[in-house]
Amino acid sequence: MLKIENLHVEVDGKPILKGIDLEVGVGQVHALMGPNGSGKSTLSYVLAGRDGYDVTKGRVLYKGKDLLEMAPELRAAEGLFLGFQYPVAIPGVSNIYFLKAALNAIRAHRGEEPLDAIDFMKLSKEKAALVELPDELTKRAVNDGFSGGEKKRNEIFQMAILEPSLAVLDETDSGLDIDALKVVAKGVNAMRSPERSMLVITHYQRLLDHIVPDVVHVLIDGRIVRSGDKDLAKQLEEKGYSEVRDAPQL
Amino acid sequence: MSASTEQIDDILEKKYDAGFVTDIEEEYAPPGLSEDIVAFISNKKQEPEWLLEWRLKAYRRWLEMKEPTWAKVSYPKIDYQEMCYYAAPKTNEDAPKSLDEVDPELLATYEKLGIPLHEREILAGVAVDAVFDSVSVATTFRDKLAEVGVIFMPFSEAVKEHPELIRKYLGSVVPVSDNFFSALNSAVFSDGSVVYVPKGVRCPMELSTYFRINAANTGQFERTLIVADEGSYVSYLEGCTAPMRDENQLHAAVVELVAHKDAQIKYSTVQNWYPGDENGKGGIFNFVTKRGLCEGARSKISWTQVETGSAITWKYPSCILRGDDSIGEFYSVALSNHRQQADTGTKMIHLGKNTRSTIISKGISAGHGHQTYRGGVKISRGATNARNYTQCDSLLIGDKCAAHTVPYVDVRNSSSKLEHEATTSRIGEDQLFYCRQRGLSEEDAVSLIVNGFAKQVLKELPMEFAVEAQKLLGVSLEGAVG
Ligand SMILES: Nc1ncnc2c1ncn2[C@@H]1O[C@H](COP(=O)(O)OP(=O)(O)OP(=O)(O)O)[C@@H](O)[C@H]1O
Ligand SMILES: [Mg+2]
Repeated sequence: MLKIENLHVEVDGKPILKGIDLEVGVGQVHALMGPNGSGKSTLSYVLAGRDGYDVTKGRVLYKGKDLLEMAPELRAAEGLFLGFQYPVAIPGVSNIYFLKAALNAIRAHRGEEPLDAIDFMKLSKEKAALVELPDELTKRAVNDGFSGGEKKRNEIFQMAILEPSLAVLDETDSGLDIDALKVVAKGVNAMRSPERSMLVITHYQRLLDHIVPDVVHVLIDGRIVRSGDKDLAKQLEEKGYSEVRDAPQL
Repeated sequence: MSASTEQIDDILEKKYDAGFVTDIEEEYAPPGLSEDIVAFISNKKQEPEWLLEWRLKAYRRWLEMKEPTWAKVSYPKIDYQEMCYYAAPKTNEDAPKSLDEVDPELLATYEKLGIPLHEREILAGVAVDAVFDSVSVATTFRDKLAEVGVIFMPFSEAVKEHPELIRKYLGSVVPVSDNFFSALNSAVFSDGSVVYVPKGVRCPMELSTYFRINAANTGQFERTLIVADEGSYVSYLEGCTAPMRDENQLHAAVVELVAHKDAQIKYSTVQNWYPGDENGKGGIFNFVTKRGLCEGARSKISWTQVETGSAITWKYPSCILRGDDSIGEFYSVALSNHRQQADTGTKMIHLGKNTRSTIISKGISAGHGHQTYRGGVKISRGATNARNYTQCDSLLIGDKCAAHTVPYVDVRNSSSKLEHEATTSRIGEDQLFYCRQRGLSEEDAVSLIVNGFAKQVLKELPMEFAVEAQKLLGVSLEGAVG
């Protein structure tokens, strides 16, 4: 699904990612952990195609195609979804209107007919129920005045509607209370499928109790220093990043 | 971030669909302005003596007045002796009685602009008066409207058929000497529409006038008068376009509305005059005086405007709330892209008790566009318990445009309440990226955000035109981000 090779990225001339290699297979869930400022969000933005991130070396293949060549909306249309660490508010544009436009843009790319208002409402109701997003929030302006937790839940709601092939979820668990965490995890797990891959960025082991990853990576200072199974996350929780980094790779 | 600025520059490329010229022979007044020209226009329109006198008085007044300079717009000096004040298609010497007699070239022009003048076409629920340069070339559904007593006809015809109406109301809301441009208009006004809705009648269809400037080097000076008698209702819409020309052209209109007791007038404008090119060459200078008088108790006047065109916009549709419990509303979306400058807003003058006014102004600036909201709320001593709510939002696209807000408030009693809210926001790179990540193209993202910003105003437009206006905002911003 996704293959990152020796990826180097600079922001304003400052190296942030310093040679990332990462491969996510079809149907796999990978977790990416790492201290603040290590470059996790940077990686997610580069994958999604945000401006201002200069790839100085390396390449990224997505479904066998050169991802870095594609415009952001094309990546989205090809099934790449980014759950933002800080979702953006769009005042005046209702959540469902926005999503309907997005979904129909993606459907058009796939050569599918647009969903009409009635079918879309049905879909929206079903998916909102999945992440227990109150009806009222689906109608409000996109993320406008949403609480931190509501924004995160809204990201998962959007993912559920857009049904991506690869979802990069950047700290979708931060700012969630315990119950909300379970709801979000439930939503994500419901989306797990043999055709769908996920890269879950998180600081906390507790999310991975609910969303059990196939592989865990540790990113420190722009490099993946360790990769392992779900137990690696437990070790991190107990020992902290520096000890894990310095420990010999098993 | 510089990357996003470049993107935004790209989207600011703008297409103007209405920029074509109709190839039709027109008759002109010789350029320049004098008492002779005023007489020429009056004579062309076969006006009664009193109206010629009225025009001449206005002309003499105008000679003594100075062009206003207080607005935040800059433009080269207008030479009033260089332009023409009258142009009319030759085929229209005697106004046509039916649509069949209208020059097909003119019908095609309106067709191309999306305003079919056939009564069975898309705009079947809308009566249209089509004004081409200085004359009205067709008015639809007049018979149907006459059945319920609604008068809807070109100004020049109304002068002949309903002189008492014109004499009573002409200049009653906007006095001749109100300002430099209203005086000029009063001297040389050409065509426009007259609407009268009798007592208790709810006008059965939307009325609209479509103004088209075609002739080069010619100003358009239309005059519109709408009178809603007691307990009546009317919704009226005007649309405007002009060809793309390198020279600036002057448009100086006067619109007067009178709402009697319990009457309601909803006046909507979709202004899409040629805005000039991306370097500011050409475009219409739009200096307009619009004012409504809520004469009777519980009367209501709503102005809704979507202003996307013109190089310069100078326009302040206002309400005089004289009747007790009368209501004035102003909903505005103004967009300035490239080198466009808009100084627009409203004045709400509260005279009666318990009068209420609402002002919602949405300014969008892109490119090097400049935009000023200028609003006045005046509450006189007798206007006890008056209320005003003003909301004034600006949206900036890119970093070379500007928005200004100039509110004037004058309150003369202590029982009145005013609320004012203002915001300024910028379409951010983060918003665009968020939309694109969800699959929307940049242009769709901008148009989504802009329409979201303008929604509160767009929803006030008659349904037939809301979609049109929404598209227009999209087109006007084409190239605003890329
Ligand atoms: N536009 C920018 N200009 C300068 N430095 C930047 C910019 N964007 C990111 N950085 C820097 O890049 C580094 C990585 O940031 P990034 O947001 O990817 O970290 P992160 O791993 O997601 O951290 P967190 O866990 O706090 O979310 C940080 O040092 C950050 O300050
Ligand atoms: Mg981060």
